[in-house]
Amino acid sequence: MTSANSWYEAGARQRVAALLDPGSFVEFIGPEQRESSPHLAIFDLPEQFDDGIIVGRGTLEGRRILVAAQEGRFMGGAFGEVHGAKLTGLLRAARSLREPVLILFDTGGVRLQEANAGEIAIAEIMRALVEARMAGVQVVGLIGGRAGCYGGGSLIAGCCSALIVSEQGRISVSGPEVIETNRGVEEFDSRDRALVWRTMGGKHRYLIGGADAFADDDVLAFREAALIVLAENGRLDADVLEAEQQRLEHRLHRFGKAHDAIDIWTDIGVSEPTEIPGLANDEFLRRIADKRETANGAR
Amino acid sequence: MELADILASLFPGGHEVAVTDNLISGSGIINAIKVHVIGIAGQSPLGCEGALILAGHVLEITRKGSAGPVLVLIDSSSQRMSRRDELLGLSECLTHLAKTLLLAGAQGHRTIGLLYGGSAAGAFIATALATGTLVALPGAHPAVMDLPSMARVTKLPIEVLKAKAEKTPVFAPGLENLAQTGAIHSVWNPDQSLAEQFFALLAEQISHDARDRLGESRGGRPKAASIAERVEKEASHA
Repeated sequence: MTSANSWYEAGARQRVAALLDPGSFVEFIGPEQRESSPHLAIFDLPEQFDDGIIVGRGTLEGRRILVAAQEGRFMGGAFGEVHGAKLTGLLRAARSLREPVLILFDTGGVRLQEANAGEIAIAEIMRALVEARMAGVQVVGLIGGRAGCYGGGSLIAGCCSALIVSEQGRISVSGPEVIETNRGVEEFDSRDRALVWRTMGGKHRYLIGGADAFADDDVLAFREAALIVLAENGRLDADVLEAEQQRLEHRLHRFGKAHDAIDIWTDIGVSEPTEIPGLANDEFLRRIADKRETANGAR
Repeated sequence: MELADILASLFPGGHEVAVTDNLISGSGIINAIKVHVIGIAGQSPLGCEGALILAGHVLEITRKGSAGPVLVLIDSSSQRMSRRDELLGLSECLTHLAKTLLLAGAQGHRTIGLLYGGSAAGAFIATALATGTLVALPGAHPAVMDLPSMARVTKLPIEVLKAKAEKTPVFAPGLENLAQTGAIHSVWNPDQSLAEQFFALLAEQISHDARDRLGESRGGRPKAASIAERVEKEASHA
């Protein structure tokens, strides 16, 4: 079910417009500058003048904020050379200007037609993001788009100081098709959509502490969640990583023998765990209150 | 080069580097400098457990407060592709490892990756590409994705991909292709002392991420450096 302001259905520009204060967004290297991919022509593929990502600045309740939004409908929101470099530049600016950043993920990962450039772009973005956070800058990821947050995108998300997901937000390094192709349908049946949602989807990520806020599939719900998350501290330092090491070791120790998400939800103590995928969001949040694992800033 | 030969050439005075379940850890001395070593051997995939074990080693190094260099030796495959790893949050575990390496770099440790075999995708990003300087040995074979898989995903015949790979380094697997994008600082000579080449690299001052400029000068990434710089400038002037 999607609302009139569905995050899932919206495009990158609609999301940015609805998320920020009205009319406040100013784009950097906008489509009028026609900085498209120099590599897609090799594959006779159409280019897009923004290369599938928009970056710029606006305000959120009057506070200056840098924003990047991926367009999942262009090449699956995948990272190519120009696409990646725009986000790298934004994060480098965030560090020197000490301005917080929102990253609106909607991506299948590295763009294979420019795989080497995309892969190194992921590494550059991660470094710029971590350096910004070590300088005290918050970088918040918002995940709930059509393409999900896969591959290299999931690794950038892992560097963020906080993640906001909706039920539709899937986070995973290897996508369902990739696992099935490499390991067989017995390991992962990519056509089993229920399996995909409960293994990689927003509810599971929120339950195990892989995300910090759970939003309805609505642009205004994401805005509200962003305002709450931005009030917290996003600094990355040695203490945070020591705490994250303990948090993740604890997770593997506690859930490492689980075969299915249902096993984990049972272990967490959620009542009627098989009902979780079908629950409306308010009932879901009520059912898991005080039970879910939380990152508590350890990311 | 085999791992044992690499370690012997790096640490002629001996070392305490061990390999357990294809995870490398330990240390050695080069020219009176203690070098911490971690890594992946045997072209093995990197899953949740392995990533946390390596991250634990890096945190232990940074906790001790010494400023010695960290050498990351890599001969891996990709991230472990499994239902279980994704269920447990593989993205968080791999990223955690990358963050510990980036933190070590920020705390004054030189972090140097040595790619001596294979590596791909998430495992490559979480290890080799999270170091401050990445070098390789001839014969190393990094890949984002092998050509047959790429043919499946892009729905192009493999002959077509091979022909395109001749014309552009930007997508095809291989050390030379990746080096052109700026990901690889230099390729070492296996016939000369690795200890000397390591020491020469330590003497080079590397303060910021210059991989995009390197990719520009080598022709593999014509636009990344200038686009990133322009975004940074527009943000600062607005």
